Amino acid sequence: MKLTLKIWRQKNSTDKGSLETYPISDVSEHMSFLEMLDVLNEELIEKGIEPVAFDHDCREGICGMCSLYINGEAHGPDRRVTTCQLHMRKFNDGDTIFIEPFRANAFPVVKDLVVDRSSFDRIQQAGGFVSVNTSGNTQDANSIPIPKDDADTAFDAATCIGCGACVASCKNSSAMLFVSAKVSQFSLLPQGQVEAKERVLNMVNKMDEEGFGNCTNTGACEVECPKGISLDNISRMNREFLSANIKK
Amino acid sequence: MAKLNSGVPKGELKDKWTQYKDSIDLVNPANKRNIDVIVVGTGLAGGSASATLAELGYNVKTFCYQDSPRRAHSIAAQGGINAAKNYQGDGDSTYRLFYDTVKGGDYRSREANVYRLAEVSTNIIDQCVAQGVPFARDYGGLLDNRSFGGVLVSRTFYAKGQTGQQLLLGAYSAMNRQIARGKIKMHNRHEMLDVVLVDGKARGIIARNLVTGEIERHSAHAVVIASGGYGNVYFLSTNAMGSNTTAAWKIHKKGAFFANPCYTQIHPTCIPRSGDYQSKLTLMSESLRNDGRIWVPKNMDDVKALREGTLKATNIKEEDRDYYLERRYPAFGNLVPRDVASRAAKERCDAGYGVNQTGEAVYLDFSSAITRYGKEQALLKGEDENNHQLVKKLGQEIVKSKYGNLFQMYEKIVDENPYETPMMIYPAVHYTMGGVWVDYNLMTTVPGLYAIGEANFSDHGSNRLGASALMQGLADGYFVLPYTIGDYLSDDIRTGSISTDSPEFDEAENNVNKLLDQLINNKGKHSVDYYHKKLGKIMWDKCGMARTETGLKQAIKEIKELREDFWKNVIVPGNRNELNKELEKAGRVADFLELGELFAKDALTRNESCGGHFREEYATKEGEAKRDDKNFTFVSAWEYAGEPSEAKLHKEELEFENIAVKERSYK
Repeated sequence: MKLTLKIWRQKNSTDKGSLETYPISDVSEHMSFLEMLDVLNEELIEKGIEPVAFDHDCREGICGMCSLYINGEAHGPDRRVTTCQLHMRKFNDGDTIFIEPFRANAFPVVKDLVVDRSSFDRIQQAGGFVSVNTSGNTQDANSIPIPKDDADTAFDAATCIGCGACVASCKNSSAMLFVSAKVSQFSLLPQGQVEAKERVLNMVNKMDEEGFGNCTNTGACEVECPKGISLDNISRMNREFLSANIKK
Repeated sequence: MAKLNSGVPKGELKDKWTQYKDSIDLVNPANKRNIDVIVVGTGLAGGSASATLAELGYNVKTFCYQDSPRRAHSIAAQGGINAAKNYQGDGDSTYRLFYDTVKGGDYRSREANVYRLAEVSTNIIDQCVAQGVPFARDYGGLLDNRSFGGVLVSRTFYAKGQTGQQLLLGAYSAMNRQIARGKIKMHNRHEMLDVVLVDGKARGIIARNLVTGEIERHSAHAVVIASGGYGNVYFLSTNAMGSNTTAAWKIHKKGAFFANPCYTQIHPTCIPRSGDYQSKLTLMSESLRNDGRIWVPKNMDDVKALREGTLKATNIKEEDRDYYLERRYPAFGNLVPRDVASRAAKERCDAGYGVNQTGEAVYLDFSSAITRYGKEQALLKGEDENNHQLVKKLGQEIVKSKYGNLFQMYEKIVDENPYETPMMIYPAVHYTMGGVWVDYNLMTTVPGLYAIGEANFSDHGSNRLGASALMQGLADGYFVLPYTIGDYLSDDIRTGSISTDSPEFDEAENNVNKLLDQLINNKGKHSVDYYHKKLGKIMWDKCGMARTETGLKQAIKEIKELREDFWKNVIVPGNRNELNKELEKAGRVADFLELGELFAKDALTRNESCGGHFREEYATKEGEAKRDDKNFTFVSAWEYAGEPSEAKLHKEELEFENIAVKERSYK
C-alpha cells in the first residue's frame, strides 16, 4: 500500500504545532498501525529528520499507553481495539491518514503525538482505592461470597486501561466514563462499599478540578472505548453521587 | 567467594521464615519517618513494595519510565496467579507448591526462597480480594481456579485473561493511597541511569527526566531495583517495547553480581511472526492449554497442502493429526511445562511439519473443548446433545466466557476466527529466570541494594511455571522485602538524610552525562533499531531454544563486534534536553549489547541442559534435557570486571535437603 500521512508535529508544550505531510510506501496490510509508524520513523532517521514521538509500550492493547486520534477517531476506525492493535488492513491503498494527539485541556501535548495524562492518576489518588493495609493480615479470601454477576460486572468495569480515548472522543472532554468505571468496580464489591460515599464525592470533585468537561450523554465515549466500558457505569456513578450528596 | 553468602537461616525448612521474622531487628515508627527508600519500577514487585514500605512509614521515592505507574508490563500478564489455598480440595499444600516450583525449575533454585514463596502465596489472594481485585468466581460466590502447566492441581486464581492487569491495578491503587498521603513521591517518565554508592553502600540514583532531559540526583538509605527482566535482548519478545535491563545492568557494573543470565523462558503459545517489520510478539495465555489441544498433521502431504492454501485445518481427519504433546507426555499432555512444550513445537517444525508459510507454527485447537462444553450445556438445558449446531453454539459461548478477550486479541492480529479454525502458535521469548543475584533478604552483593520480582534470579531456577511470576512479584513486594529491608535499615536510624552533594554523586552524574553526550554526538549512519534487530537475531539463532558450543562461541564474537560497530556508527537524532525516544532506546540497547555477551558466555559455561537452557550436546535419547547434577548444581553469579568477556564466575552451590533431586519427567 501507498499512503499519505498527515501527522501533527509539535516541538514541545509551548510550541504552536502544525500538520506535516509524509508519504509512505510498501505498507503491508499485516502491519500494525504503530509498526507502520516505526517504518516511517526509520525512514525519517535515515533522512536526518527527527522521528515522530508517540507513546506506546505493551503493543498488545492492555497498558493503555498508546493513544492517537486517527482520521478523527480515538484509536482509529476499528472497534474495541487500541491503536497498537489496529492493523493496516483497515485502510486502503492511496488513503490519506490524519494522525493527531488526543486533544483535551486536561491532556496537554508534551511533544508531537505525546500527551500528559497525569490528571487521570490524580483522580485515582483522590479515592480510587480501598483503604486496607497491605499487611496480608486480612480475612480469608473466601469469607465473603460475592454473587458471580456482581463480580463479573465489577470486573468488566475494572478492565478500563486508562488510555483517555473517552475524553478525546467527547465533545466536552468529559472523563465520566473513566471515573465511573473505577467508582463502579468498588461500589459493586462488598470490600469497596465501606467508603463508597466518600470515594465518589472525592473523585468527582477532583475530576472537575482537573478541568474535564461535563457529561451530556452523547455516548461517544462508549463507542470509542477500546475495552467496551459501558455507559451503565456513568448511570451508576450518578446514582452514587446523588445519594452520597443527599446523605452528606 | 566470601562475598556470596545466601544468608539462609538455620532450622527446619517450614520454620525458617517464621523464625527469621521473629529474630530480625525492627525500626520503630518514629524512626521510619527519617528513612528514605528508592524503588525503581512499578510493576507488581515495585508497586507492591512501594505501597507497603510507604504504609510502614518509610519515605518512598518511586520511579518509572512510563507516563503512569499503572502501565508497567506486569499489566499484560494474562492467565493467573498461583496460591496454595487448596480451595478445590485436590491435594494442594504449601509443600506441594514448593515441590512443583523446584521441580518445574529443574532443581536449579534455592530451596528456602521457594518455600517462603509458597508459604506467603495464600496471603496474596486474601490481600488482593480485600483490595477489591475482581477475581473470577463461581455461582456460589466463591473464588474459581484453573490449572496451569507442570502441576496436577488447580491452584491458579484468575480474572479472565487479564489477571496481571487486575493485580497491578490493585497494587497501583495501594500506591495511590500512599501518594495521596505524600508517603510516596512518584516520578513518572523518569529513567534510572546509575546507582550511587557511598562507602560501599547504595545511597541513591541518577535519573533522567524523560520529558525535559534533565539529569537528577536522588538519595536514599536503600535502593530497590524492580525493573523486570531482560527478554528484549532478543528484540522480539512478548515484553513491552520499553522493557529493558538498564537499571539491573547499571547496578551490575557497580558491583551487583548477575546470576544465571542464560536462563530464559521461551513461551510455547505466542502468535507466530509475520514479517520483518514486526516489532513485538503477542502471547496467548498458557491457560488456553486447559482447553486447547496442540497438533500438527501426521502427513507431509497435508502440510504442503496447508501451506499452499488448498487444504483447511478443519478438513484434516482426526486420525491424520499428531497431538504430539499427548503422544509424548501422556501424564501431563497439553499441560507440560513451558520449556518442554516449546522444545516439542520446535522439534516438529524443524522436522518440517510447521503449518504456516514460514514453517514456524503449530495448531492450538479448541474444537474438542467446544463440543465437550456444548454437550454439557445441552444436557443442563434439557436440549438434544446430538444436535451438532446447537452443541457448537453452546460450547462456543462457554469458551468465550473463559477466554473471550484472548480470542478477540488473536482475531484482531491474525484476521482469523479462532472459534471456527484452530489458532496458529509458535514459541517466543517471554520471561527471564536469570537476573541480579540476591540473598535470602533479596539484597544484592552491594549492601543496601535490593532486587525484587523478575529483576532478581531467586525463585524459578532454570524454568518458571505458569502463573508464578505474578505470585513472586507480589510476594517479594508485599510480604518479603518489607521485613528484610527493615533489618538492614535498623542500622540507619542515626544516619540522617543522605546528601546528594558529594563526590560520589558528582562522579556518577558526570558518567551519565558523558554517556548521553557520546550517544547524541556520535552522528553515525545506522539507527538504534538496526543494531537491536541484529542483536536479536544473533540471540535467537544462537542463544535461543537450542544452543551449541560452536554457536555460542560465534555469538560471543558477533555480539562483541556488533557492540563496537554500535559505538562507532549509531545515530541518535535530536537533543538531550527534550523528550527523545531514540536516545532512551539507544541507552537501553547499549546495555543489551553487553548483557547479550555475558548471556552467551554463561550458556557456554553451563555444560548441561536444564529447564530453559538447552544445549544440544546434552540431551537424552528421547531429546529431553539432560542435567549434570554432579558438576552443575550451582548458581552462576557473575562479577563485572570491565568487558563482559572478563566477567568473573562465582558459584553458589545449591543444596536440596527437603526434596529428592530426580530426573524431571512429565511422561
